[in-house]
Amino acid sequence: MTITPRAIGRPMSRIDGPDKVRGMARYAFEHPVEAPLYLYPVQSTIATGRITSIDTVAACAEPGVVAVLTHDNAPRLDKVESGEHVILQSDRVAFRGQFIGAVVAETPETARYAAGLVRFTYAAGQPDLNLRVDRSDFTVPAQVLPQFPMNTSQGDVDTALATAAVTLDATYTTPMVHHNPMEPHSTVAHWTDNRLTLYVSSQGVYRVKQVVMALFTLEADQVRVISRHVGGGFGSKVLPRADVVLAIMAARMLPGRPVKFALTRQQMFAQVGYRTPTIQRVRLGADGAGRLVAIEHGSVEQTSRVVEFAEHATRMTQSVYAAPHRRSSQRLAALDVPTPSIMRAPGETPGMWALESAMDEMAIACGLDPIEFRILNEPSVHPTTGLPFSSRNLVECLREGARRFGWDRRDPMPRSRREAGWLVGTGVAASTYGVLSFPGSVARIRLGSDARYAVEIAAADIGTGAWTALTQIAADALQVEVDRIDLAIGDTALPMATGAGGSTGITCWGSTIVAAAEQFRRTLAEQYGGQVPPDGLEVEAAMPVNPNIGKFAMDSFGAQFAEVHVHAETGEVRVPRLLGVFAVGKVINAKTGRSQLIGGMTMGLSMALHEHSVLDRRFGHVVNQDLAQYHVASNADVGSVEAYWVDEHDPYVNPMGSKGMGEIGIVGTAAAVGNAVFHATGVRVRDLPLTLDKLLGRL
Amino acid sequence: MTLRVDGTTYTLGVDTRTTLLDALRERLGITSPKKGCDHGQCGACTILLDGWRSNSCLALAVAHDGAEITTAAGLAVDGTLHPMQEAFVECDAFQCGYCTPGQIVSAVGMLDEVDSGWPSAVTAAGDVEVVLDEAEIRERMSGNICRCAAYANIVPAIARVARR
Repeated sequence: MTITPRAIGRPMSRIDGPDKVRGMARYAFEHPVEAPLYLYPVQSTIATGRITSIDTVAACAEPGVVAVLTHDNAPRLDKVESGEHVILQSDRVAFRGQFIGAVVAETPETARYAAGLVRFTYAAGQPDLNLRVDRSDFTVPAQVLPQFPMNTSQGDVDTALATAAVTLDATYTTPMVHHNPMEPHSTVAHWTDNRLTLYVSSQGVYRVKQVVMALFTLEADQVRVISRHVGGGFGSKVLPRADVVLAIMAARMLPGRPVKFALTRQQMFAQVGYRTPTIQRVRLGADGAGRLVAIEHGSVEQTSRVVEFAEHATRMTQSVYAAPHRRSSQRLAALDVPTPSIMRAPGETPGMWALESAMDEMAIACGLDPIEFRILNEPSVHPTTGLPFSSRNLVECLREGARRFGWDRRDPMPRSRREAGWLVGTGVAASTYGVLSFPGSVARIRLGSDARYAVEIAAADIGTGAWTALTQIAADALQVEVDRIDLAIGDTALPMATGAGGSTGITCWGSTIVAAAEQFRRTLAEQYGGQVPPDGLEVEAAMPVNPNIGKFAMDSFGAQFAEVHVHAETGEVRVPRLLGVFAVGKVINAKTGRSQLIGGMTMGLSMALHEHSVLDRRFGHVVNQDLAQYHVASNADVGSVEAYWVDEHDPYVNPMGSKGMGEIGIVGTAAAVGNAVFHATGVRVRDLPLTLDKLLGRL
Repeated sequence: MTLRVDGTTYTLGVDTRTTLLDALRERLGITSPKKGCDHGQCGACTILLDGWRSNSCLALAVAHDGAEITTAAGLAVDGTLHPMQEAFVECDAFQCGYCTPGQIVSAVGMLDEVDSGWPSAVTAAGDVEVVLDEAEIRERMSGNICRCAAYANIVPAIARVARR
């Protein structure tokens, strides 16, 4: 079914806004609990090897310390799904910064001090920390974020490249980067009456619950996970990590006392995942008219020794541009490092840095405008599967963006503008992200005697605006005003929901709420003749299967434009202007949706100019592990950021016609900035971030 | 020691290692100021300390006996949002909300600094009066990191209040 938008589309202010601007919205660590204990972890100082001895005497003697956990006394874990969760089970160390112990004390100051008194000695091995293309031990990952194929091949790429009129063969790299949500990963674990209550900063409470049940051999009714407000996640809070496990271990050993554990900013760099560095080779071939005949894209990445995690940096290469001959591949090296994880638009973000930089280089090599070159290679159907697109408006985004940005005033000659010592340039890149969907969500709707609708689903709002957007969807699906909806999310006491990831939140939770609303209205009409019974009415419904999956290719697209200024003497890069136009289906909330897009674009700017976690190749730790040294964009780094969307009607993706907006904004931004740097300076930088050392001496 | 927070006086004993931020959050249950880095690098813990904006994670509680503290919760009086809070809601100048109380307190404190004639790194030498344009707001608010990156909405929200 489709629904008639009334609240949907409006720029409604966030319903959680008044609480958040006062600081009254409670994040995980802030839930009031009686007589809490505080946990501070001990992390390994070697990257690989064994613990040979432990001395806890001084720590145990410290007044206020109630427990010291090591592998000698920690609870044993039962069913392990992720090697990242295997902590304090043996003397093995798999990466530097891994949890090897913890101190629990009456105050945070005591716990932290006493953690420094625990002494570990090691038999250290020689760590392997180098991701290089000349390694001989690469493997093809078994799976990439389960559903995407690793290697694809179509036609004869080598012959096509050998006979192409114009070719490009270039390698692009992206560094290790960290999510750094403002709220550190936090847990309050309370084991009481044979039940576990967890306040966790999480992008999906049911995922946490399932992992905890398996690890600690608990039944469903023994575990409740609550996460009503989340201070940012960007993927790092999708999969529960070892910090949650450590807090629960302590709570199991200290029944009755809530255990509070928040990671420090420094600990997050080893503990909560990161985006893998990538080394990507792109080969393109075109005929004399600028039509692509071959596209090849390969990516080399790293994972840890404990979990295989691969980022599908070449997936979108199968869907963005037409070419009869195409090939993509993924290769993975297992190193003595923490495990990488999902980070905003995993795959597309690093992948489109490479592909869209290459497309710019190729357009120039073909003597074509980069927008016209992209339009020339627009496919009519999905290039790999042959399926029609449910909707596809990349060309409209490019044209509308060019108009708004003033692209026609651009002199295509590099280094043609100089203003007060700054070289000025502009660049463009395409954005894309899949319209994904995960099964399993359930919603409950209850109309009470107060004429208000309780809408319950264990969804998550990590800043996306889900609190507000789901309220708007529920109102339209029930055909009532938004102020009659009481939404409840973020609690496993509510019906099951999939996590906030893959830009699927609105598709999955929204479709589920629409299904529940439809059943509610049908039940009311058919069983109660439209009259609400005196004790109210409650229905529950699961997310229906979308019959259009498999019949259409479903993707979002966009076009991003950047203006950069590069200082002719110092090489400093500034981005005074970003403009993006996106085709993302129906926008549920024009205000919060726009924020998601500008937030993604600005994180893309941050990736382009600043972000780089520097791994010490001798010891295996991130050297710049705080916010003074790991730079994210601050206010003064950002200028004008404009986001628009084209009118796009897509009846196939879900009942709302929405495609997801959380991730596409970061896809392509860095390439638009890099392409603008080339236009400004004539210097092509293929390695992120675009720091001045890569320009100095070349200007 | 005593602390006066958002109009209420509290008497407490603290560990000499306790920061003002931890005293507020863990001892008094006042969680409007947030902990993002504990090193003065993110600004999420910003409070008005005796009237001026300050990173409460960098202040030891014992050094501030008798201090007058305002948090974002205290800017709203009797449930009525401060104009800066209204502007942040209206302009959608936040997403996850975790840096937001610090941003708002910082913005309110920043406007007082401008009224007091304090120059910033982007104020032209010799300027008698600070003209609070976008470049000034961006510079003066760069001690408050927003990872959701709502900067393009934060600047107009503050400008809207500054114009009044």
